[in-house]
Amino acid sequence: MSENKAAQGTSVIILTFLLAMILTILPMPEWAGYIRPEWVGLVLVYWCMALPTRVNVGVGWVAGIIVDVLNGSLLGQHAMAYAVIAYVTVKLHKQIRIYPLWQQALSIFTLIALSQLLIAWIRGIVGDAPNSWLYWLPSLTSAVIWPWLYLLLRDVRRKFRVS
Amino acid sequence: MFEYEVLAIKPLFAYGQAAGIRLAFLLASSIGLMAVDHKYDYLDGIRSSLAILIYPVQQMVAFPVSAGNWMGENLTSRDSLLKKIDSLESQNVFLKAQMQKYTSLEIENMRLRDLLDAAERTGEKVLAAELIAVDLDPFSHKVLINKGNRHNAFKGQPVLDAEGVFGQTVHVTPITSVIMLISDPSHALPVQIDRTGLRTIAAGTGAMDKLELLHIPNNADLKVGDTVSSSGLGGVFPQGYPVAEIISFESDPTQPYARVFATPKARLDRSREVLLVWREKTKIEEVPPAPQVSKKGNPKQEVSALAP
Repeated sequence: MSENKAAQGTSVIILTFLLAMILTILPMPEWAGYIRPEWVGLVLVYWCMALPTRVNVGVGWVAGIIVDVLNGSLLGQHAMAYAVIAYVTVKLHKQIRIYPLWQQALSIFTLIALSQLLIAWIRGIVGDAPNSWLYWLPSLTSAVIWPWLYLLLRDVRRKFRVS
Repeated sequence: MFEYEVLAIKPLFAYGQAAGIRLAFLLASSIGLMAVDHKYDYLDGIRSSLAILIYPVQQMVAFPVSAGNWMGENLTSRDSLLKKIDSLESQNVFLKAQMQKYTSLEIENMRLRDLLDAAERTGEKVLAAELIAVDLDPFSHKVLINKGNRHNAFKGQPVLDAEGVFGQTVHVTPITSVIMLISDPSHALPVQIDRTGLRTIAAGTGAMDKLELLHIPNNADLKVGDTVSSSGLGGVFPQGYPVAEIISFESDPTQPYARVFATPKARLDRSREVLLVWREKTKIEEVPPAPQVSKKGNPKQEVSALAP
């Protein structure tokens, strides 16, 4: 019985990551491409916070590799960034869990900005540094969208009893 | 509900020191991966197999757009179809008439080249490909097309659209390829000004409608409106395809080079159909020997592909 439940939970987690990846490559007008939140990063932070024993650096790394292939970017750059934010989230999950939503959004801003900073460094090293301030916009939009995403994912987790 | 609470509490002490070690290991492996992916081609196999896994996701994302196109094609009225056929037929006649002149010119050109003992121009083979409607990173100009290894596409293959040079392939998987547009900040291709024959390099700026022409002296004979074509020197792009049109030329005597910008001919943000180009092999022994043999070996530098 309990094993069955665990299997069901896994499929829900995979499904949320899949949806986040679909949102990541969904075609949008050019201006909307710049404000696209880091969907995969957000979903990863949520699961790391809610279930740190099941979703942590390993899952973040694998999700990052897939995002790299989806984006056609250097293999490993998102993997590295996501592993780092997964680690930080898991370390701080007890604090973040009890913050009010707006404070959680602030932590999300910091985490996503951290992942973007890592990616910007890597791109700078290979000579492909982002040349516009618009590059940092997704961390802001991610923080703005966080409260709604958090409530949605929490309801999903409770409904399907993912644990 | 009680059971659920118990399950929720369990994680408290289960997570220990292992995370740091795991993170260190994963960081090291991603750094290794990036270094190898940046410098060599060993990881193309891994990328291809992952790309096949995510192909259904990409298809699903592109589905509304392709379904919309299909509906649009199937629901057009007879009247508008007839009109379209009419206009296409007249366009076809016009193009054929132009082609007649082109064929005779080509024959004349070959004869003249024969007389000059110069190597013949290489022929080209093309294949039409369609863009898959997914968004990649907005800060690097890349698009996905529906042709790959299976259709003999290869890494570093030139891609054209109806108006001019479009880009080149950077990742090739069995069924899809990623194309880097000529406007990508890390792309550059060797070009030639059509009017004067001046050779230069057209580098992407990160803006869809702007290329920068590098290393042009301040006193160069250039005018706004001059067209720029591929020079074929880098060995990636075939010679003579239109690339861009010059839109600004500022010469500042205090600077070593003039600042020249051009706008790409290819409709980088609108084309849905592109052409993959194969060059037929040149016979190297037909090229007459250079008058001065330098001791450095290969004097021709590969400058066209700066793909990361």
